[in-house]
Amino acid sequence: MSDAQHGAVAQEGVQQHPLGIYLRIWILLFILSTFSYMVDYYQFQGFLRWSLILIFMLLKAGFIMAIFMHMMWERMALVTAIILPPLLLLFLVGVMALEGDFTYAMRDIWLGQDVTQLPKSPVHH
Amino acid sequence: MAQSEVVEGLEGLGKDWASDREVFRGAPWGKGMMWIFLLSDTFIFTSFLTGYMTVRMSATAPWPFPSEVFALTLFGQSIPLILIAIMTFVLITSSGTMALAVNYGYRRDRTKTFWLMAATAGLGATFVGMQAFEWTKLIMEGVRPWGNPMGAAQFGSSFFMITGFHGLHVSAGVIYLLVVAFRVRRGYYEKRGYEIVEIAGLYWHFVDLVWVFIFAFFYLW
Repeated sequence: MSDAQHGAVAQEGVQQHPLGIYLRIWILLFILSTFSYMVDYYQFQGFLRWSLILIFMLLKAGFIMAIFMHMMWERMALVTAIILPPLLLLFLVGVMALEGDFTYAMRDIWLGQDVTQLPKSPVHH
Repeated sequence: MAQSEVVEGLEGLGKDWASDREVFRGAPWGKGMMWIFLLSDTFIFTSFLTGYMTVRMSATAPWPFPSEVFALTLFGQSIPLILIAIMTFVLITSSGTMALAVNYGYRRDRTKTFWLMAATAGLGATFVGMQAFEWTKLIMEGVRPWGNPMGAAQFGSSFFMITGFHGLHVSAGVIYLLVVAFRVRRGYYEKRGYEIVEIAGLYWHFVDLVWVFIFAFFYLW
């Protein structure tokens, strides 16, 4: 269906979509959740673990927002108003990651803990 | 009021925001406001998760291993993270029933909408129950906001703060859904329309959405 038709449907304030798409996304979310659980169950480590966790997380979040929360069918004015502001949070995450690293280094130096000698947790920071 | 011309794409984005009266065309007022609320909630949850990231990165003691902390012994066998996995499936199932409820709401099928919403609320209550079980188990094992026997002290405060705030959202959602569901059943929305089911659904899907991130960053990482 074209965008114009979706726009016309949304105009009346009533959105109607076939049930099939919800059922398919539902099953997909089950499969993706099983995959992310498997990442832990089979104890993938390192880069593979992080990338798989992030990929499955973003896919699940994307499908929930696009289909279940109807973002796919909303007008761009609403979509951008909701999607763009949280991107600022990536900046916060970046700044706090630097801060966390710095604090760790300071504790290492000033608290006299030789962190390389402490028992390592199986999963890295 | 004469409706001005509706334009799609980038030009539409500009025109919608430039109009005097209405930015979110076609979206009921309540829906726009629910989205604004969810946007602010996104900032709260992200701040919590970012705080958790910061304390975990700066902790010099080893971080407790979530896979083992949240393992359960079932049928004489220790299964890693199983309770959290079940909770995840319960929440996804509830999102599915909610999506169907929204659909049947717009079809004005009150009975089906009511039962699907009641099922959603039931699954939500199940989730909260399992969370209460998880909290009890960890508290019995000595996990406190200021320390725990497994490793870095920051684990407890992050855990109680993040899952507690999420659980509060689920509990509030269960009440909200039940209120709307019973109103649907008695025909309260026959005249004003069933957008409210979609709006309640937005809140519920958001709670599921947040859990996706908590599951990835707190339990799997």
